[in-house]
Amino acid sequence: MNYFLQQLINGVTLGAIYGLIAIGYTMVYGIIGMINFAHGDIMMIGAFISLIAFLVIAALGVTSVPLALVLVLVCALFFTSAYGWAVERVAYRRLRGSFKLAPLISAIGMSIVLQNGVQLVQGARVKPLAPVITGGIELSGAESSYPVTLGWLQIVIILLTVALMAGFTWLIQRTSLGRAQRATEQDMGMAMLLGINVDRVISMTFVIGAALAGVAGLMVTLYYGVVDFYIGFNAGMKAFTAAVLGGIGSLPGAMLGGLLIGLIEALWSGYGSIEYKDVAVFAVLILVLMFRPSGLLGKPEVEKV
Amino acid sequence: MKTVRYALFAVLATSALALNAHAADIVISVTGPMTGSDAAFGEQFRHGAEKAVKNINDQGGVLGKHLKLIVEDDACDPKQAVNVANDAASQGAVMVAGHYCSGSSIPASDVYAENNIVEISPGSTNPKFTERGLANVFRICGRDDMQGPTAANYLAAKFPKARIAIVNDKSSFGKGVTDEFAKTLNAKGIKEVMNEAITAGEKDYSALVSKLKEAKVDFLYYGGYYNEAGLIVRQMRGQGVKTVLVGGDALVASEYWAITGTAGEGTLMTFGPDPRLDHANDALVAQFRAEKYEPEAYTLYTYGAVQAWADAVKTAGTTDAVKVAAALRASQHDTVLGKIGFDAKGDSTAPGYVMYSWKDGKYAALQ
Repeated sequence: MNYFLQQLINGVTLGAIYGLIAIGYTMVYGIIGMINFAHGDIMMIGAFISLIAFLVIAALGVTSVPLALVLVLVCALFFTSAYGWAVERVAYRRLRGSFKLAPLISAIGMSIVLQNGVQLVQGARVKPLAPVITGGIELSGAESSYPVTLGWLQIVIILLTVALMAGFTWLIQRTSLGRAQRATEQDMGMAMLLGINVDRVISMTFVIGAALAGVAGLMVTLYYGVVDFYIGFNAGMKAFTAAVLGGIGSLPGAMLGGLLIGLIEALWSGYGSIEYKDVAVFAVLILVLMFRPSGLLGKPEVEKV
Repeated sequence: MKTVRYALFAVLATSALALNAHAADIVISVTGPMTGSDAAFGEQFRHGAEKAVKNINDQGGVLGKHLKLIVEDDACDPKQAVNVANDAASQGAVMVAGHYCSGSSIPASDVYAENNIVEISPGSTNPKFTERGLANVFRICGRDDMQGPTAANYLAAKFPKARIAIVNDKSSFGKGVTDEFAKTLNAKGIKEVMNEAITAGEKDYSALVSKLKEAKVDFLYYGGYYNEAGLIVRQMRGQGVKTVLVGGDALVASEYWAITGTAGEGTLMTFGPDPRLDHANDALVAQFRAEKYEPEAYTLYTYGAVQAWADAVKTAGTTDAVKVAAALRASQHDTVLGKIGFDAKGDSTAPGYVMYSWKDGKYAALQ
């Protein structure tokens, strides 16, 4: 039981990170129907910026950990948002009216540009960061032969993710920006006719998605303590899978998909063979898509006539 | 038409450059992971080879010619390894000091065999590397069927009651060395409590760590490279797991400690005897340190690979791979690793492995 609980904690933490990245994929797909393959690399940029910010803040002599975290978070949010905005402006906007594959190819190109750019500027080595938050709570049940550890960092990650998702849901459902986003998603042409600045809405979508990926990047830096230019690819792939599993275009779906993938990975590793955990994840994906082609919470696409 | 003329000009210019290099110098290549996650080893290779080439040239080169070193990057990727092997061949290299990862060395060695190039690896330990009857292939390090058993014998002798888990990263090196470790361990009557494989390049090993905790593992024998090993150790301490990681020669880089920090304290690993401790090398080590570079791990092994080759070239009187390979096998060569020779397969006769332990960011041989 304790062992199960420990694997559950591992899975939820991992799933939270996947879910945050997955939102960026699903939101962009929902609005302009393209898959932003550069999104994982925005997460990687966020991780690097967090690392640099930590080093700069430590050099400036800030010793309070909560203050340092907030400053780093602000830096990561600001810079990744700027990247998200710039990527859309440079690589996707001009291709919006073009055939469907054009922005997709442009996205793959952007992903390569970001990866190799960081590799050139930061080097190809893995960059480590000393642990910032250590320790945790020991949750031991009746049978304390297996001590369950819940790290402070894991608590921070899970709480921050829940808070961000709540805030994000509120943004989509209650604010005028959210209304404009939903309108643009339903019918871009009509939204434009009704006076919505569609370009601005799409820009904001990229900015919000990138900001969430930036937070995920900060979490990866803190949780794993190492960053390299390639982390965006792996995490991006998993998050994209999470978005598809939950139903691409659906926001709760992305969160659910991320959580599910994290849990499948942890529990399969825990009770089966670690070697085949990715096989398990993708087998579940195939099964879900066979019976629900639009994902768990996705709506089947209605052809507009 | 204009572009065609430019292209022609460019081709002529580059081939002229290449010809220049050929006329004056003997080209050799140092090949390893200069980028990618194992780049620390590539850097060790490069420093070792550069210094060896410089010192040999300062003493007049070989056969009256200077050596020219080219640096090739295989990123420890088998496909890229074959590409850079072909590139080295097209640049006229007659010797390659490399590659590092066994998974790269093995496919690349076929290219070198076809192109009549001597390959001396300072770090590829998978037995298969020299077992395929290629006359041009050598290694100056040990083999995994020595390395795995060294760790297994040590654990079996010192901790006969310990619970041992085995994990590899599915690479040629990692899988190979853990298989050899398991073979020796099982022959001693000790059965591992867990045998798993992970995916290299990932960051999250928390599920593995929880599993080790559940199985109450005392020692984890890990076949893989320093990045993943460092992450596993870091995540073990994060979950309050005290298991000691035992690794192979792919942990000998200060980068390992950079990832683990104090969590790496007590990590055990196998590696060849440290040539820095040999007083005959004091002057050379001082040269490196004067340039603010610590010649750790494979640096001096790469230095020794170039030395052994240069010595054989002097004996053979030519850079022709067949004759140089025969000369390498025929006699002992004076290198920073001591006097070493090569057996019929191309394996070094230098002594094998010793256990090292990490402490305070440094590693030292266990007594």
